[in-house]
Amino acid sequence: MKKRPVVKKGQTGDSGAWRASPGRSRGTPRPRYSALRLVSKGFTQGDWAKVWRQHDVEPRYDVVIIGGGLHGLATAYYLAAYHGVRKIAVLDKGYLGGGGSGRNTAIVRSNYLTPEGVRFYDRSLKLYENLAGELNFNVMFSQRGHLTLAHNDGGLRTMRWRAEVNKTQGVDSEVIDPDEIKKLVPSMDTSDRTRYPILGALYHPPGGIIRHDAVVWGYARAAAGLGVHLHQDTEVTGIDVHHGRVTGVRTTRGNISTATVVNCTAGWSTLISEMAGVEMPVTTSPLQAAVTEPVKPFLDTVVVSGSLHVYVSQTDRGELVFGASVDPFTSYSVRGSLEFVEGLASNVLKLMPGLSKMRLLRQWSGLCDMTPDYSPIIGPTPVGGFFVDVGWGTYGFKAGPVAGEAMAECIVSDRSPEIIADFGLDRFRSGRLVGEKGAAAVGH
Amino acid sequence: MMQIPCPWCGPRNATEFRHHGPHAPRPDPATASAEEWRRYLYLRPNPYGPVEETWYHAAGCRRFVSVIRDTFTNATQWSEGGPR
Ligand SMILES: Cc1cc2nc3c(=O)[nH]c(=O)nc-3n(C[C@H](O)[C@H](O)[C@H](O)COP(=O)(O)OP(=O)(O)OC[C@H]3O[C@@H](n4cnc5c(N)ncnc54)[C@H](O)[C@@H]3O)c2cc1C
Ligand SMILES: [Zn+2]
Repeated sequence: MKKRPVVKKGQTGDSGAWRASPGRSRGTPRPRYSALRLVSKGFTQGDWAKVWRQHDVEPRYDVVIIGGGLHGLATAYYLAAYHGVRKIAVLDKGYLGGGGSGRNTAIVRSNYLTPEGVRFYDRSLKLYENLAGELNFNVMFSQRGHLTLAHNDGGLRTMRWRAEVNKTQGVDSEVIDPDEIKKLVPSMDTSDRTRYPILGALYHPPGGIIRHDAVVWGYARAAAGLGVHLHQDTEVTGIDVHHGRVTGVRTTRGNISTATVVNCTAGWSTLISEMAGVEMPVTTSPLQAAVTEPVKPFLDTVVVSGSLHVYVSQTDRGELVFGASVDPFTSYSVRGSLEFVEGLASNVLKLMPGLSKMRLLRQWSGLCDMTPDYSPIIGPTPVGGFFVDVGWGTYGFKAGPVAGEAMAECIVSDRSPEIIADFGLDRFRSGRLVGEKGAAAVGH
Repeated sequence: MMQIPCPWCGPRNATEFRHHGPHAPRPDPATASAEEWRRYLYLRPNPYGPVEETWYHAAGCRRFVSVIRDTFTNATQWSEGGPR
């Protein structure tokens, strides 16, 4: 039996009024999906029922979540399913999953560098392992193993460091040598005659890839099933703050009064926080990715090379998905560039010369909200009732479930649960940064 | 490709430059308060639209140039402010 996520119920206090019935269990999205239904639908040719519907924007909500990406939707789901919060709205200026959540390369792993980070991302990985059952939606999580290559002594040292930190947190992670790498990825050039010989790799068997759209749709469907209003094409244009507390949100579809607002807008998040008068150490940079035409499966694991600034995985359909580091400047533009593809191709071929005849199908780009320490900013802000779940940089997709779970608890109890306590906005005042650059700059 | 107008070399491809971001004068470490230093270290404006910023022409004249760039279109123009 799958274990249900354990969420400590928040202290009731003034937030008690929110609950329809305290401790209400999660709802099951209807209609339920199953193999049987799929077969019977095949015979009857009937349409599948819409899984979420349009609502009018109501003048009042208990919680308004800005951003209909994975983080906003997961927060809405955990609030509704585990805390019985009833009147929740998720607002998105475009469509659900139109931001980073629909553009990422879907790598899920927990082999980070700091104990705080490893604990946090590992909780998310565990939630992902049970997510298909939890949401009654096939999220196609494929734990195919994750390799981070080291091409020099410095790199190898960081891999050893990460492996040791990972082990202390109970995460399966170890350094392996080129022979073992060759067994896992026969197509890779592990000889010492290359420009950047491979000295070893950090191997993380539980890591892998997931179907990112399915995760977004699964949370959206489950949240909608619990009565959450999902408002697409609804842009937030202002946030009302009186005497240091949030009182409402202005949108292109009317004003909403609410005492609780959550900023889940990733690349656009500084613009939203500014509306509430909250400053954040976040800058926005594009991150690009590309896929090739599909070919027969030959690459099982995810392969990342920090020195070559490139990573690759093969999807279930057979396409190779490539990515790199963020573009080296800030921007809100999601146009791809030729420099990116050129650099990518030359680096990929250093690792896997056999790919030289493959053709790229397309490239795209998404916005990343970068923080100085490559860790997220989650929790309350100096403005009462205004919460942030931002700073997801290039690594936030894997964190969706844990961030949603923790954010929901943070909102109902009005304080940060332990798992996110180190990721508060106040750390930039106290100087207690959570440096994850060594584990997050290239391998997302 | 995005181009940066260098006052000494003319418009050149952005790949020749290093982005330094919006002008951020460094406070005097001897007299700055902790709060001023914190702001200098971590808080950078992240505007949507035009911003005046510094680029370093690393693969060219190796000078710092001041440019106004629209962060949405990435269109750049020569900044009256002159080099940093
Ligand atoms: C190319 C690429 C590859 C990546 N690879 C990985 C990876 O392999 N693994 C990983 O873990 N992470 C990866 N990431 C990072 C990951 O995609 C993001 O961190 C994550 O999706 C952020 O989710 P989110 O829900 O916070 O934000 P988003 O999905 O970006 O959603 C934010 C939403 O806010 C909405 N919004 C903005 N402004 C407003 C407004 N004024 N009013 C209303 N709505 C607004 C937007 O329309 C958008 O839908 C990658 C990112 C990119 C771009
Ligand atoms: Zn020049």
